Parts: sequence; structure tokens; C-alpha cells
Amino acid sequence: MLREAAISAYQIVLILLLAPLLTGIIKKMKALFQTRKGPNIFQPYFDLYKYLQKESVVSEHTSWIFRVTPLIYLSSMLVVAAIVPVVVTDSLLAFTGDLILVVYLFALARFFLALAGVDAGSAFGGMGSSREMAVSAIAEPAFMLPLFTMAVAAGTSNLTGIVQSVVNGGEGVLTVAHLMSFVALFVVAVAETGRIPVDNPDTHLELTMIHEGMLLEYSGRNLALLSFSVSIKQFLIFTLLVNIFFPWGIALASAGIGALMTGTLVFILKLIVIAMVMAVVETSFAKARLFKVPDLLLASLLIGLLGLVSKFVFRG
Amino acid sequence: MPVFDELLLIVMLTSLLLGALLSYVLHKKPRLSIFVGFTFANLACLAGLVLGPAILLSKHSLDVILPWSVFGTSLQFSLNPLAAFFITVISVLSLSVSVFSYGYASAYIGKQNVGVLGLFYNLFIFSMLALISSSNTFMFLFFWEVMSLVSYFLVVFEHQDYEVRRAGFIYIVMTHIGTAFIAIAFFLLYKETGSYDFAQYSSIAHNLSPTLKSVIFILVTLGFGTKAGIVPLHIWLPKAHPAAPSNVSALMSGVMLKTAIYGFIRIAMDVLGVGSVWWGVLILIIGAVSAVLGVMYALMEHDIKRLLAYHSVENIGIILLGIGAALVFKSYGYNNLALIGLTAGLFHVLNHAVFKGLLFLGAGAVHYATHTRNIEEMGGLLKRMPWTGFFFLIGSLAISGIPPFNGFASEWLTFQALLALGSAKLGATMNIIGPALGAALALTGALAAACFVKAFGIMFLAIPRSVNAEKAKEVPRTMLVGMGLLALLCLIFGVMPFIVINLLSPVTYSLIGIETIPLLGGYSWLNVPPIVGQGVAVIKPNSISPPMVLAALVLSVLLISLFIKKFAKFSMVRIDETWNCGTDLTSEMEYSATSFSNPIRIMFRAIFQPTRETKKEFVLKPYFTSRIKSQGAIKPFFEDHLYRPLLKFFLKFADKVTALQSGSIHLYLGYIFATLVALLIFAR
Repeated sequence: MLREAAISAYQIVLILLLAPLLTGIIKKMKALFQTRKGPNIFQPYFDLYKYLQKESVVSEHTSWIFRVTPLIYLSSMLVVAAIVPVVVTDSLLAFTGDLILVVYLFALARFFLALAGVDAGSAFGGMGSSREMAVSAIAEPAFMLPLFTMAVAAGTSNLTGIVQSVVNGGEGVLTVAHLMSFVALFVVAVAETGRIPVDNPDTHLELTMIHEGMLLEYSGRNLALLSFSVSIKQFLIFTLLVNIFFPWGIALASAGIGALMTGTLVFILKLIVIAMVMAVVETSFAKARLFKVPDLLLASLLIGLLGLVSKFVFRG
Repeated sequence: MPVFDELLLIVMLTSLLLGALLSYVLHKKPRLSIFVGFTFANLACLAGLVLGPAILLSKHSLDVILPWSVFGTSLQFSLNPLAAFFITVISVLSLSVSVFSYGYASAYIGKQNVGVLGLFYNLFIFSMLALISSSNTFMFLFFWEVMSLVSYFLVVFEHQDYEVRRAGFIYIVMTHIGTAFIAIAFFLLYKETGSYDFAQYSSIAHNLSPTLKSVIFILVTLGFGTKAGIVPLHIWLPKAHPAAPSNVSALMSGVMLKTAIYGFIRIAMDVLGVGSVWWGVLILIIGAVSAVLGVMYALMEHDIKRLLAYHSVENIGIILLGIGAALVFKSYGYNNLALIGLTAGLFHVLNHAVFKGLLFLGAGAVHYATHTRNIEEMGGLLKRMPWTGFFFLIGSLAISGIPPFNGFASEWLTFQALLALGSAKLGATMNIIGPALGAALALTGALAAACFVKAFGIMFLAIPRSVNAEKAKEVPRTMLVGMGLLALLCLIFGVMPFIVINLLSPVTYSLIGIETIPLLGGYSWLNVPPIVGQGVAVIKPNSISPPMVLAALVLSVLLISLFIKKFAKFSMVRIDETWNCGTDLTSEMEYSATSFSNPIRIMFRAIFQPTRETKKEFVLKPYFTSRIKSQGAIKPFFEDHLYRPLLKFFLKFADKVTALQSGSIHLYLGYIFATLVALLIFAR
């Protein structure tokens, strides 16, 4: 019990510490691919520190929703962080939730952020909320379907159970269904983390922005909390992507300190690979028109569906 | 204690009749009439609230034989576990709605006859409770018809309005079409078994031929489906619910639709026994289509009550997804898996009653305060009506299936039932259908969240969009208590779902022979036993622990607040205007409900087929525009492609038939003669 608690705490701290770094690394890589120098990879930490030092300006038109949103957003991310297996297959709260809960905790966070976007009364916030809810409506089934395929293969929707069954399955699990589900989930991950070609994380231009529109009225510590949460969300989604489909190297529940360290190292390496792929994707595409985004997500949904079909058609 | 239960049943039904009678008698003194009418309703609901769980916990049915008989059938109330559960659902919602009504009905004083409202309101609850308690098809149909007629009178309560009368007309036509199907199904059952009694059907109906069973199944699906509002039989719902007073809409949407679910489960799972696989698949598909289309049409609505009415279609779809999965498993003989779907469906029946009731009451409260149902004319209400807003927010979160509220708990079980379809040994087709429908349910959930961000955001947040909204005040306390009770239940059932799961145990036992206990893990979490599917060893069961989720969320919020207090340099917060590019922010600049739903309208244009019309008036063509009028609409697909052609056909047919009625008395005598001869030949 105590050991599990310690491991869980370790995983959560790891997520909290590394999440901004991941954002920094992606930014840096993007800059390098675009032959720019780019900001320091630790810039996100400096930004968070800076926001915390500034006073918070809150619009007079807003209600309490605007003020509680950063708290609720960050706490839902923390709860997800306690459930998702990171460097060890097990975690203390693994029984608390499964992949459905994870997806719906993201929904909880999104619900409040979208409300906060509307709350200030500015058209930018409303635009951001409206677009975010529309895009997420199509992203949600595309997000769930590949996860369902994996859950059905494992016979459980528990994340630890899924990861373990993939680890136990060895190379045998690398079927068409597995790979297609991965591709489908990767496309959704692009949308969920607000990256090009779905959204542009670097701009505040009203015609292109989705996510940033909702944050526009935030400043000071509220902005710090939200930016931090957003990088945690990105970290968690990449973690899901990596650990569900390519968990090899992850430490088992009974592992000692040594295995834990190897698990951590392997995990970080995998994340860097994903970060690099993301940077390549972001550099090689242009931001798509808002109404082209559904086509992309629909494609991902179809790939996910083909994955599901092929799972049962090819392997009976 | 059967005697005690019997007494409760009598108290419940008679106090409703008394309430109906007295509130009409006292209609000259409206305040007294309201007080007496709704107090009796509350009394009845309290009795029902004790009676339902008492029967469920005692695990015995209650039979009360009445001293009358009709057609040689003795009249009898019979409460089996399934009925007891529905009695509980009806009582829970009716109690809160009746408390709410003390304040809400007073708005009608001087405008409408509140005595009539009290009369029909009590009779409405009475008919639903009596219908659930009926032991034979004869009584069932009788109370079903009473319920339809009484609810019709409630729908047309504000009959001075043409739209309301029209809605009432469509409602009564549709509901009778449904009743016709149910009546045929019941007559077929009577013809085969020679009995009106539900209890006897269960023992005899197993011997029916499969074809006849399927015919009866289709008939009850259509019949009860019309009342429940499945797509495409839903068209009366978005018309009738907004027309009725809000407390009645809450009951109609929250529990009247559920009587249809009750009837459906009673016939399809209890009477007909084990059916073909396609029954379940049909219900699954109806469920998915209703869920997705219901929520999509809801997104396009700006009348808050119409929006909520479409969400009823959606939620009936979700309930049917659970029940459909249960039917599939049952036909394969996997009753332990059917348990997941059945529990999910029944749990969602209760949850939908609670959160939809809450939302309709919230809509009623907002209408009471702002005198409008159009959300485009609201805004900023959270500051003016803080409690109503808070309760409405809880309802919105619950209906969107967001943890830790009750909608999530039952939707989670529904997801598990659909995933079980994917893992169990049912063949590739079923295995694919299950998770694919899960994706449809995910789409539904996300769209519902979008819809309620829109509804709550536009109604309660930002700047008021009209003078009425600006001047809105919090509603009277009784109305807040009514909503508060339901909001509390949303949280309780969400955090402690095992209360309900436990109560459902005798229900599932009576229907599929398995108790719900396997779904409970140590009483603090929900636990679906894993299915060993493709030969991979399974270590972890599917589980969620809502109390832990809530505890973790609360703990995180506390920790973050502590952290902020310690590390953020400025504890000070500056209040200032919203940045609006240097101009003053007015309500016209805000995002409206129409613009909020526009991306979804465009993304799903194939379904909505939106039309848009822009008229410009010029001072000097084409450079200076003086006025632009823009109008948008979506095509009512089912009205245009299903109902209008049908209507046309019937009118044409009726035209042809008028040829028979020529006005000549000789011809009429001829008809009589021909009929007589025909009767003599065929019916000797």
C-alpha cells in the first residue's frame, strides 16, 4: 500500500515537473525545423513563474465560473494524472477510474473552460468556446473508438489492465488493428492538444484560434494555472498514446528501484520521439480551415473503425 | 409488512384523487387551491417514496385486490419489483416538482384557472402511478388513456394561444396512434392466452410461436416508442413539452416518457421472455439514432424548453442502448452480461428523471423571472438568480454525463454494456457493433456538453441581452427548494451510485434471474467483472470509484488553492472591463446562441440542411446599406419526408372515400342491405 502510494506520488510529481518541459521541447524542435533559433526549452517554466508574479485582472462582467475554472481544470488534470499509468503499469488509484473516466474528466475541464470563454462577454471568447465544443464533439468518438478497440482486445477498460495485456502479448499484438488504432488516436491527439493543422498554439489571431480564444481574458496566476494545466493535458494525452500502444519498457507493478529508473528513462525517450513527430507534423502542415478540421477527424474516426473491423475480421 | 404497504398504496392513490377534487372545488380561492392541491400531491409522493423502496427491500410483490371486476377480470393492483422501482422514480420527481409548484403556479393566478391546473396535475400523477400498479392489460390501457387525456389537457392549459392548441392536437394524434399499436399487441396476447393478466402472460407467453412474438414485439416497440419519443416518432415531443406549464413539462419529460419504458420492459423482457437476437439489435439501433439525432436537433434550438424536449429524445436513446444490449445478451443466454445493460438502462431512467426534471424546473424558474423562453433574450442571469443558476449548472453537468454527477454513472454502465458486446463471444458482427455504438454514445455525450455550454453560457453568463433579463430576480423559496432537492440527488446518485444499484437488485432478479450485486465492488465503487475475451489473461476488472473521484477532485482543489496562496505574489485581483478592442462592450457584441451553434450546424449540414435568407435594403444601391435582415432555418427532415407525404396520402384517400357518401338515401339503404347479407354469410 505504502509502496504503491510512493510510486503513484512519484508518477504524479514526474508529470507535474516534466509537463512544461515537453511544451518547451516541442517549441524548440519546431524552431529548429524552421531554421530559427527558438526559445530556451525551459521557457515555459519562466513563463509560469512570470504569470505567478503578476496581478490577475478579472472582468467585471464575469461570474464565479470564471474564477473557479482554472482550479477545476487543473484538478481534473491531476486526477487523470493519478489514474494513468506512466512509468509503472500500476498506480494507487488505478481502481478509481478507467479510460472512460479519463475522457470524461477531460470533458469536465473542457466544459468549464468553454463556459469561462463565454463568461466575459467578448466575442473572441465565445468564438473560441463555440469552436472548441464543435471540434471536440467530433474528436470525442474518434478519441474513444481506438481506445475501445484496445479495451475490447484486453477485455477490460481499465488502463492498467490494457497496458499489462499489451505488454504480456509481446510482438503478437502488433496487428493491423493495433497500428490503425494508433494512427487514429494520434490524429485525435493533434486535435486535443490544439496543434497544427487543427489549431495554432502560437497565435492570438481571431480567425485561426480555437483554444487561445478561451484563455484571452485570463491573466496572472489564473493564466499560470491554465497554461500549466494545458501542458499537463498534452503530457497526459501523449502518455496515453505511448503507453497504450507501445508500453514495452514500462516497469511492472512489482518492479524495484532499478526497473523504475529504466522505466522512467525509456518513457522519457518515447515522449521525446512523440515530441519530435509532433514538431515535424506541425512544421510540414499549414493550419487547416476550421471547416476542414471535421474532415480530418472524420478520417481518423474511419481509420479507428477500420481498425475495429479488422480486429474481428482478420483474427476472428 | 404487506398491510402497511397496502395502506401506503391506498394513501398514495386516494390523496391524489382528493387533491384533484379539492383543488378544483376551491378554484374560486386560487391561493388556497394551490396550497391544498400540491400538498396532497406531496403527501402522495412521500407515501410512494416509502412504498417503492419498501417493496424493493422486502423483495416481495404487493397485490391489492379491488372489490370490483370488469369483463370477468377482477381489478387488482399488483406491484412487482419493476413496478416498485418506477413508483419510486415517479415519486422522487413528483415530490420535488410539487414543492416547486407552490411558487410556480402562483404566477397563473388571475390569468388561468389554477383549480383546473391542480385537478389535472393530481390526476396526471395518479394515472401514472395507477398505470404502473396495474396488474392486467385492461387496467393498464384504461389508465394509459387517462394519462394521455389528462396530459393533453395540461398541454393545452394555456389554450388561448394558437400554437399551444396546435401542439396539443399533434400530441393527442400521435399518442393515440401509439395507443392503437399497444392495444393491438394486448388483444393479440389476449387472443392467444385468453387472459388479461400480466402475471399469467409470463407463464403462458413462452409457448407462443416466434412469429407472433416478433409481431407483438414490433407492435409494442412502435406503440411505446411513440410515447417515449424515439426517432422518427418523436415529432410531438418538441411541440408538446414547451406548450405545457414548466412543472408539467418536468413531469412529462421526466416520468411520463418512462411509463412507456416501463411498458416496453414489462412486455419485451418479462412477458415475451427470450426473443430473437434482432430484437436487441433493432432497439440498439433505434437507441443510437434517437440519441444522436435528438441531441443534434437540440443544439439547433433556442427555445430552452424545446431544447430540453429534444434532449429527452436523446436520453430515451441512451436508455434504449442499455436495454437493447440487455436484450441481445438475453437472447444469447448470457444473463450475467444482460445485467450490465439492464442496470444501465434502469439507472438512467432514474437519472434522467432527476436531471431533466431539474432542468425543466430551472427553465420554468427562468421563464418565471424573465417571461421568455428564448435564450437569445437572456444572459447574465447567474448574478441575478444565483441559486437557480447553480442548480441549472448541476443539471447541465449531469445531463452531459460529466463526473461526479449521476449522468456519468449510468452512462459509464452503458459504455460497459456496449464494450461487453465487443468482448463477449457473439460473433464478429455483434463484436463490431458494440464498440461502434459506444463511439455513437461518445458523440452524443460530447454534443450534449456542447449544447449545455451553449444553453448555460448564453442564459446565465456574460451581459444581459434584454431588459427583462436585466431586471430578473431570484424566484420564490419553494421553487428553489424543489430544484435544490433534485440537484442534491444528482450529486448523491453520482457519487454513491451503489444506493440505486442495490435497490435495483430485486428488479434485475425478477427479470433475468441475476442480482445486481456483482456490479458492486466493496460498496464504494462500481465494478463490472471483466470478460475474458481473446485469450489474454485479464488482471484488472472494469471499475470506477465515484467517491474517490470526488475526494481526489476536492483534495486537488484544496492543494492548488494552498499553493496559490503561498506562491502567487499578488493576492490582489483587479476588477476591470472586458477588453473589447477599445470600444464599450454591449450585449449586441456578445456571441449569440445562433452563432455558438453555427460551427456544428455547418459541420453537420448534411443532416440539418440549413437554409439562409438575407434581405438588404439600400440607401444607394449597391454601396450604402440601410438594413440587413438575415433569417436562417434548418429543414425539419422527418416532417418533410415522412409525415407530410403520409398526411397527403391520407387526405387523398379520404377524398376518394367521400365518393361513398353521395347523399342518396337509396344508396345508403343499399349499403345497409349489402352489409346485412355479408354478415349473414360470413358471421352465421
